Amino acid sequence: MANFPLPLADLFGHWGSYVVYAVIGIAFGMTLESAGFGNSKLLAAQFYFKDMRVFKVMFTAIIVAMTLIFLSSALGLLDYNLIWVPPTYLWPGIVGGLIMGVGFIIGGFCPGTSLVGLATGKLDAFAFVFGVLFGIYMFGETVGSFATFFDSSFMGRFTLPELFNTSYGLIVFVIVVAALMIFVLAEKVEAMVNDRPQQKLPGWSKPAAGALVALAAVVLVIGQPSSEDRWQVVADESLARLDERAVQISSAEFLKYRDDTKIKIIPLDVREERYYNQFHLRGAVHVPLDQVQAKAKELQFEPANTVFVTISNDETAATEAWKILRAESVPNIYILEGGINGWLKSYAGDSLGEENRVYNRQEDQLAYKFKSATGSRHPAAEPSPDHLDLDYEPKVILELKRAPTSGGCG
Amino acid sequence: MNQVSRARPYLNPYLAGTLLGIVLFLAFFITGSGLGASGGLNRLLVYVQNAVNPEHIDQVAYLLKMAGGNSNPLDSWIVFLTIGTVFGGLISGLLGRRMKFETNKGPQISNGTRWFLAFIGGALMGYGARLARGCTSGQALSGGAVLSVGSWAFMFAVFAGAYALAYFFRKCWN
Repeated sequence: MANFPLPLADLFGHWGSYVVYAVIGIAFGMTLESAGFGNSKLLAAQFYFKDMRVFKVMFTAIIVAMTLIFLSSALGLLDYNLIWVPPTYLWPGIVGGLIMGVGFIIGGFCPGTSLVGLATGKLDAFAFVFGVLFGIYMFGETVGSFATFFDSSFMGRFTLPELFNTSYGLIVFVIVVAALMIFVLAEKVEAMVNDRPQQKLPGWSKPAAGALVALAAVVLVIGQPSSEDRWQVVADESLARLDERAVQISSAEFLKYRDDTKIKIIPLDVREERYYNQFHLRGAVHVPLDQVQAKAKELQFEPANTVFVTISNDETAATEAWKILRAESVPNIYILEGGINGWLKSYAGDSLGEENRVYNRQEDQLAYKFKSATGSRHPAAEPSPDHLDLDYEPKVILELKRAPTSGGCG
Repeated sequence: MNQVSRARPYLNPYLAGTLLGIVLFLAFFITGSGLGASGGLNRLLVYVQNAVNPEHIDQVAYLLKMAGGNSNPLDSWIVFLTIGTVFGGLISGLLGRRMKFETNKGPQISNGTRWFLAFIGGALMGYGARLARGCTSGQALSGGAVLSVGSWAFMFAVFAGAYALAYFFRKCWN
């Protein structure tokens, strides 16, 4: 898991890494063209049930890729958390899909297939590509008038196993079996519509289908890595960094990044609500420890220059939260050194006197009593820059390896 | 170019699908992102717009993200993937001896009508792809393989839209 995704920019340089994408593109174009997708008439035949090629190629590709992806993830070769899963904007997606379906039957291509049509000299593909560019242009000009709809029904990274509340293995297995059954049906429909006997499938097709079902069954049996498994992979390195105190950043470093426009700092306050209400740092997001796991997915969507800082009264709960987020592959997570208690000691000297001290307190309890829920209205929630003690050991190293923040259509 | 008589047949769809699936898997395995097409076209368009009328880019929030200030809209992996796709189609077309200037259509409509409809269909595709935040490659294929709920809903919507209107456009294709 440690080497996923490949650090292409480190290996080949910024523009050099794009060569890899170009090679992937060439392979993509070659498969599309050899599948017959450069030919609009063949594509459109799908919608008259004459040649269900579009459906067959697409679903074969989906079940093969899906099975390999989740098999690799089950074996720890690939980190699903770092894979780009298009976020769900349900209604814009459905309306956009319907418009595209209409465009498909009128125009005979989709954007990817029109590119290989164009490459092989299909004049209708030229017209189509110009149409696509015009459509994209019109979208850019008009999206402002329906921005609310465009951003509506956002559900984030939302997957089918989450929707049906079941395991990834089961969904993979069911989709593979269902697709194979639909292929059998598609062959019968084609024969019926064209009034001919069913085409004989090549000899390898049945063993290949069997092998795919077997692989999907393996995915189902092994299961996806649990949080515990994920932690085990990074445990040694992570515990060492905790021991070296390489991830506990001082309040001074925290304040420096808070004022740095190049860095987006997100303080994650993982304490109980009563503590959070009594006092928290300005801008702190309240995520109780038991909700950190669920929050991890959302944090993956933050831009690459984001630094997350977990905060508890001392460091115990913050360290737990740090471990959870580490296991979920959230990049750039740090712990506030000394927690809220250390913070108050540094910045609330005048307003919190001896009479506010809590003695004989337990680990990770608040060391000061607040008479009311001051939240972030307390002066120490946002110390003035005069307080900045610039002397600190810098620990934050921005790690750019993270989940891609855009997919193929970004 | 005029070698269509010796054109090799297209691959068996299940074999082509398997190869496409392997390419898609490798794209995810190597880069963490899937495949796409409309995003590359989008950025090429924005590049041209930026060259022609940079003030306009700065007024439209949607375009600003890609080409505002000094950011180069071509500085994105998806652009190179898209260029690669065109070359891949060219290579495969040459190997299969399928290079030919032609217009694919049903026998009942003229070339001009076909081109006009291709443009209209393309415009709808481009518009819909931006609205849905992805096309058949980026959303349906890539998002489908990684089990995104939105991608599956999108995929069914595309098929539904096409089948719903197929009857009215039957003369264009048959």
